[in-house]
Amino acid sequence: MRIALFIACYNDMLFPDTGKAVTAVLERLGHTVEFPMAQTCCGQMHYNTGYRREADSLVGAFNDAFRGYDAIVTPSGSCGGHVRHHHETETAPNVYEFSEFLVDVLEVTDVGAYYPHRVTYHPTCHSLRMLRVGDKPLRLLRAVEGIDLVELPEAESCCGFGGTFAMKNAETSVAMLQDKMGNVRKTGAQALCASDNSCLMHIGGGLGRVKSGVRTLHLAEILAATR
Amino acid sequence: MSRDEVNVVWLGSPTFPKAAHDALLDTQLRHNLKHATTTIRDKRLRAVAELDDWETLRLAGSQIKDRVMRHLEEYLLQLEASVTAAGGVVHWAQDARQANRIVTELVRAKGATEVVKIKSMATQEIGLNEALQDEGIEATETDLAELIVQLNDDRPSHILVPAIHRNRTEIRDIFRREMGKHGVPAPDGLTDEPRVLAEAARVHLREKFLRAKVAVSGANFACADTGTVGVVESEGNGRMCLTLPETLITVMGIEKVLPSFGDLEVFLQLLPRSSTAERMNPYTSLWTGVTPGDGPQEFHLILLDNGRTKTLADTAGRSALHCIRCSACLNVCPVYERTGGRSYGSVYPGPIGAVLTPQLVGVGTSEHADSLPFASTLCGACYDACPVRIDIPEMLVHLRAKVVDSHRGGLPKPEALAMKGAQLVFGSPRRLALAERLGAMAGRIAGLGGGKWLPGPAKKWTGARDVPVPARESFRTWWRKAGRG
Repeated sequence: MRIALFIACYNDMLFPDTGKAVTAVLERLGHTVEFPMAQTCCGQMHYNTGYRREADSLVGAFNDAFRGYDAIVTPSGSCGGHVRHHHETETAPNVYEFSEFLVDVLEVTDVGAYYPHRVTYHPTCHSLRMLRVGDKPLRLLRAVEGIDLVELPEAESCCGFGGTFAMKNAETSVAMLQDKMGNVRKTGAQALCASDNSCLMHIGGGLGRVKSGVRTLHLAEILAATR
Repeated sequence: MSRDEVNVVWLGSPTFPKAAHDALLDTQLRHNLKHATTTIRDKRLRAVAELDDWETLRLAGSQIKDRVMRHLEEYLLQLEASVTAAGGVVHWAQDARQANRIVTELVRAKGATEVVKIKSMATQEIGLNEALQDEGIEATETDLAELIVQLNDDRPSHILVPAIHRNRTEIRDIFRREMGKHGVPAPDGLTDEPRVLAEAARVHLREKFLRAKVAVSGANFACADTGTVGVVESEGNGRMCLTLPETLITVMGIEKVLPSFGDLEVFLQLLPRSSTAERMNPYTSLWTGVTPGDGPQEFHLILLDNGRTKTLADTAGRSALHCIRCSACLNVCPVYERTGGRSYGSVYPGPIGAVLTPQLVGVGTSEHADSLPFASTLCGACYDACPVRIDIPEMLVHLRAKVVDSHRGGLPKPEALAMKGAQLVFGSPRRLALAERLGAMAGRIAGLGGGKWLPGPAKKWTGARDVPVPARESFRTWWRKAGRG
């Protein structure tokens, strides 16, 4: 199986550790990961903000970059969801969000990780309601050795990020964020993880501002951690 | 309500972010909304979980509505013929003004100066109460929550629970202050017990029911094959309006027609569970024309367009017309939960309002309407809750594109320039790599100063959130340097 990593543009620039973690997990499971250098951006931000023409101009390049792979794995539920739902291309059906790929395609839940900390998980809206990943990320987390996984109250409520919504409707976005942060802090978790760094950038930005001491990190980074 | 002209939107409404700013500062409002929406949300989930064929019902509802939209003209003509054959009179109204004029003339012809009303979105949409008041006709809302809103000269904030933003203490104060001005006053020693408040409303309204010669209603459904019109409600006040007065005038949006009486089977299951989280609503009133010696002896059905055929013409936007006004999308919406309904500046608030309002009034016609499709994080909770499977997130994005396109051509705004810039960068991996190196450099410089507070538009982010600093080495650079590719 030829596996390509679709990192998503903001991870490439802001959260490269997530890409390294995805690669590490897949290689630990015995797979080879390729990173097509021609990849840039799937166009989700443009599309969701109403710049459809600009978004459309990126679809062809995405398809060219990832043609020929059996699986295109991404650590972003929202970019994965966008490509699968809105790119009408030959590559679109081969895109998998990371947890989906592990559980559905590779059929593993125990990836040999060790993470001895109290962790809570926020199911991001697009992974939950667009890709319907369900409890797959939780199944992966439960199999992590040493983890103290605690349930997040009102977990399925949106964190308020919403892409450009966070800027266009900043005050509403922050009101939603405050409720999410309150719920995260109720858990007493040391770390909050999710399947999308874009939501985590928003929640983590808020948690950092109030010096909560809660760390945010991508699910893949927990799964990549070993003894 | 204020005397501003109403035609779907309240005239002079600010954009959504501006209206939300005020709403978010109102802590009582936020408390009331959080309490009300979370309660009804959980109840709805339980009511829906009782049916194992819920998803099939949703699909059926969606398909019936789809068929209605494809053959709307035929079904409407069939409805007109059926209603007429059953002794009713059908009127066609292109817009709010026409509909209001028809109602006014019908009330005048009866020599009446007051009407009792059943809770109805269509009459709110056209500002009927205000139009009647201008003609010296007093319209009394008989739905308890609508009465609260009307007595307080307030605006509704929810499709189904228009006074959701008020708690019972506020309601007691409104009754004490206002009821006497419009009829039977609130009794002395009125408490904020729900039962006591309901009794005060009952006494206040009873006098009006018994006196009124004319009632005005909306319609949840109208069956084309039989001419049967239906209203579902919880209080029985609607039933009073539908049975006591001599004349009944129903204002109905043209999209409410159903092909056949049998289709009610689907919608009478979908609607109560989605709206009030009940297996069945307490009162379902169905009437077919007029029946001698039983109920109103004169029945008028006004079929209202008011922007609907325009909405129908957009094949990607038309499913907003499938809405059965259950308001499940409002109750699950995280944005609505914080801002309340009045921030939407329209009689149709919440997610469905964000897609329906701009279409009914026209995209590109006002800053206010154009701001509504952006009042969502696209979290998708509304789509999951919608009993007729309206893909609201997809439609929001469709309307955002129409808004953006309506502004193309002129001097580009900063956002449009930023989007163009991003398109250029993402257009080539080499440009992206260069941008990443520049970003990392800028990030390091900003990082020295803390990276927490940024100027200009970025302030909107850094007001409450730290901003991530670009990595010293992008993933692609690491990959290349590691000799992987």
